[in-house]
Amino acid sequence: MRRITLWLLSTVAAVVLLFSYRTSTMGPGGAGGAVAAGSDGTASAPWGATDDGATGADPSSGGSSSGGSSSGSSSGGTVTGSVAQTRWGPVQVRITVSGGKITDVTAVRVPDGNFRDQQINDYAVPILRQEAIAAQSAQIDTVSGATVTSDGYRESLQAAIDAAHLK
Amino acid sequence: MTTTIDLDRRAWVLQVMGLPVSAHLRGPEAHTDAVAERVERFFAELREVDAVFSTYRPDSEIGRLGGAAPDPATATPAVREVARRCDEARARTGGWFDARRLPLPGGGLGYDPSGLVKGWAVERAARWLTDLPGHDLCLNAGGDVLLRTTPGRPAWRVGVEDPARPDRLLDVLELTHGAVATSGTARRGAHITDPRSGRPAQAVRSVTVVGPELLWADVYATAAVARGADALDWLAALDGYAALLVDAAGRTRTTPAWPGHRPAARAA
Repeated sequence: MRRITLWLLSTVAAVVLLFSYRTSTMGPGGAGGAVAAGSDGTASAPWGATDDGATGADPSSGGSSSGGSSSGSSSGGTVTGSVAQTRWGPVQVRITVSGGKITDVTAVRVPDGNFRDQQINDYAVPILRQEAIAAQSAQIDTVSGATVTSDGYRESLQAAIDAAHLK
Repeated sequence: MTTTIDLDRRAWVLQVMGLPVSAHLRGPEAHTDAVAERVERFFAELREVDAVFSTYRPDSEIGRLGGAAPDPATATPAVREVARRCDEARARTGGWFDARRLPLPGGGLGYDPSGLVKGWAVERAARWLTDLPGHDLCLNAGGDVLLRTTPGRPAWRVGVEDPARPDRLLDVLELTHGAVATSGTARRGAHITDPRSGRPAQAVRSVTVVGPELLWADVYATAAVARGADALDWLAALDGYAALLVDAAGRTRTTPAWPGHRPAARAA
């Protein structure tokens, strides 16, 4: 589920615009102590959820995928994930976002054939989770990560979030 | 209770204690001078803490000790309190967090309370911002997060960074109060020392701990990285705290109480 939807891409584009607009920033403490956030527009990489190596259900390893669409604004609408070709058949999910929150996750396409429910769940749950995280990560408020240096900060999601609220 | 989509929000970012520290305030007076002054006091207190505790400053109270443990009889009250907390941390972590034998900036092993000072200082300095009525607070000190929210307001969304790819997230937590701390080897290479071997810990790539207090979330995350192989079982037994762990092979597991989207590790 690395195929980022148009909806997410538009959010990323907005952040990049913020970066190019804001060329230097200073906290109230001023002088010398301030971090210049994002003067180099480093937020160009789209972000989302990562595949979960522990589940053994990485869609990219089991097949290919295509498609994916979205509708609505950055705080609401639906996001339909891409079709993941699995060894059991195609799987696709749709997420409904309202007021910035995920309100519904539906499987719009599941494989036919002979398999036990448990197998479907084992496969579908990681996909649902990844889609949910991908959609939510566009609206995170802060990022917890291992101690960052100033260099690391400039390229971090946290810098992008901070930059969006410095004014 | 009220709609808060358009709630006024402002962020400040400064480099303090060698880290980028950001403060986000959400509330009706976020853009007023009164709030800006409080934020300035918050950052000023962190700078004062750094001047006392930095091991990189030979003139700081800790720097002057040159790796010796502080003497309770002569230490200032702040140093005495941190030293007491470090002792408590060593006891609570079964010795896996130990400020007494750490690599010093000038070489050799000695007393370095830095691993505890950040969480302690941010939690303490946050009092300048937590008593602003009607305002929500989201502090981030080098990836360690402290949150407060007024009743009725939406939770803060905290992304947990993927140590292998810092532009991606492993999970998203929705929290109104408390702390999220991550320790690991992602950004600066192996920098957490196994107190038993004296060498860098490497079995665990990163640990994120969620719980009520930042000081303890941070200490537990650091101790878990040092601990390595059996860290997840130890984390699962902590009262009031939950954790997500990424091991050296990139496998992600969580304790049963983890509040994010990832399920807990299945019993082996």
